[in-house]
Amino acid sequence: MERKKAIEVQNVAKSFGSFQALKGVSFDIYDNEFFTMLGPSGCGKTTLLRMIAGFESPTSGTIRLHGRDILDQPPHKRRVNTVFQSYALFPHMTLEANIAFALENLGWENARIRDRVAQMLDLVHMTPFARRRPAQLSGGQRQRIALARALASEPEVLLLDEPLSALDLKLRQAMRDELRALQRATGITFIFVTHDQEEALDMSDRICVLGAGEVQQIGAPNEIYEDPENRFVADFIGETNFLPAEVVSVEGDRATVTTPLGPVTTWHKGAVAGAPAMLSLRPEKIGMEDQAPGEALHGTITGRNYMGGYTHYTVTVNGTELRVSKRNAVSHGASLAVGAPVQLAFRPDSARVLAR
Amino acid sequence: MSWRDFRIWGLAPAWVIMALTLVLPIGIVVLVSLSIRGAYGGFDWGLSFDSYAKILFEEDWDGNLAFTPQYLAIIGRTLWLAGLTTLICAVLALPAAYVIAQAPARWKAVLVYLVTLPFWVSMIVRVYAWIIILGNDGVIEKTLRGLGLVTDMDSLLFTNGAMLTGLVYSYIPLMILPVFASIEKLDPALIEASHDLYGSRWVTARRVILPLTLPGLMAGAVLVFVPCLGAVLEPILLGGGKTMMMGNLIQTQFGGGRNWPFGAAIAVTLMVLVMVFLMLNALRARREVGHA
Repeated sequence: MERKKAIEVQNVAKSFGSFQALKGVSFDIYDNEFFTMLGPSGCGKTTLLRMIAGFESPTSGTIRLHGRDILDQPPHKRRVNTVFQSYALFPHMTLEANIAFALENLGWENARIRDRVAQMLDLVHMTPFARRRPAQLSGGQRQRIALARALASEPEVLLLDEPLSALDLKLRQAMRDELRALQRATGITFIFVTHDQEEALDMSDRICVLGAGEVQQIGAPNEIYEDPENRFVADFIGETNFLPAEVVSVEGDRATVTTPLGPVTTWHKGAVAGAPAMLSLRPEKIGMEDQAPGEALHGTITGRNYMGGYTHYTVTVNGTELRVSKRNAVSHGASLAVGAPVQLAFRPDSARVLAR
Repeated sequence: MSWRDFRIWGLAPAWVIMALTLVLPIGIVVLVSLSIRGAYGGFDWGLSFDSYAKILFEEDWDGNLAFTPQYLAIIGRTLWLAGLTTLICAVLALPAAYVIAQAPARWKAVLVYLVTLPFWVSMIVRVYAWIIILGNDGVIEKTLRGLGLVTDMDSLLFTNGAMLTGLVYSYIPLMILPVFASIEKLDPALIEASHDLYGSRWVTARRVILPLTLPGLMAGAVLVFVPCLGAVLEPILLGGGKTMMMGNLIQTQFGGGRNWPFGAAIAVTLMVLVMVFLMLNALRARREVGHA
């Protein structure tokens, strides 16, 4: 199925003085997609979002909205709305008036505005609060009104600038589900900016990992996590062990490397025979004791962090430290003490060879 | 001493200062306004409302009272000029304060300093400067004539316009500063949100920036309007003493006119006007708080 492009970002670069915030990035975002831009602070993700909204303009490159170049349009002419990090609800207006604001500016008739405002309040379960002002709401309620306000005019694209960062943990979990449901219900393209990988993995159709002003990888959440394109992505998304490796041979998508844990043959990205590389091995992919099929490695536990649902162990094998996480499947189950000898094993296919 | 006692007696110094500097002088002015004019200036203590009646009525040769609008006109002109000054200050201060608030941090302090700079120069000197600018053969007239735009022009000085110019010039810093403070408090994200929600610059100014800077504008309005009501210098120097404001009237009665009770009566009237204005403002502010 040919999917329609909602946003096309082409060779967009942005410099602030001598600092290059974006070094020429290009990607497409499709209609009805929940697209997340993920990266550490300073990676350029917010700058990119603000360019789509029209608050900043790129030093070079183009941005198209449904095929039209929008860079010469001021923000109030772009059919794109933003949910701000601070929500930016108008404090002097009731919630109704906040939601109606965009519709009034678009010149809708009063009756139609009334209907849409009621419909939006209903959509975010805030109907009883219509006449209140933002100061009288909790954080989660403000969040919902900010969403209702931004969605009321049915923008072509909705931009969300770290909208969950101001909420506490429980509420954040609940709002994730609500956001996802809202995106499905409205069918509007969501572009979500966050530095929280868990949020990104949970909600997105596709994730664009940005680092150092460049696109590091674009893909579905499981692709990003399981098949990282490079060291940056493997490091930024989740936790991993990086082991120094020498590439012995490369055959298509697979490479054989020697590591401190012995030779490993698995999928690779950018490995060259004879060159140094890294082996990325996620802590949860390593089996400890009887969990492990395959040939076992002998090691000693040198550190332990109890996390509730999991325990993270540091295990030293042949002088190499490995992080191993183990699910605490039984309450007060026998936990392994520091100094205890253990056997480790992992499936080679679960590891990834990455260029150094 | 208990905490309760301390709360009462601890404030004693403040009470004494308030009594000596506020209640006592105002009380004297009120008493003087109710007393009778002395034969050779000064006054004799008494209880008479003649001085207040004099604001509205004139005693003719036969001792009959007839309505006279002359003082009412001065009160009206004072209110009108003070009101207009406040309005013009507000209109000019908004963009000025906005520019200062948007300036880079290191310029902001400099610009605020420049706004307050005129206060370092004597008020009389500053108002005199306007005589040189507006006067016959002054800066404006010479410039216009030099450019050949006019050959003959009426004097700009000694007009209501000149007075207004002087008043706006004198008091506009008192408007710019509170407006600047309220614009600076304004979350820039709100302005972006307005643009984002299809609000043009005009819509954003009218529906977002103006309502949210209203508290600053109102504070500025009090700071400008109240001293304008009592302005003395501008009418004398720029109005040429032909067109009086209440401040001049009071000054004349205490000075040349030698009618202290009448001067005091006008002063009390002025004070009541100011208090009414402040109360209306306070009521509005309280309503505002009730809404938020």
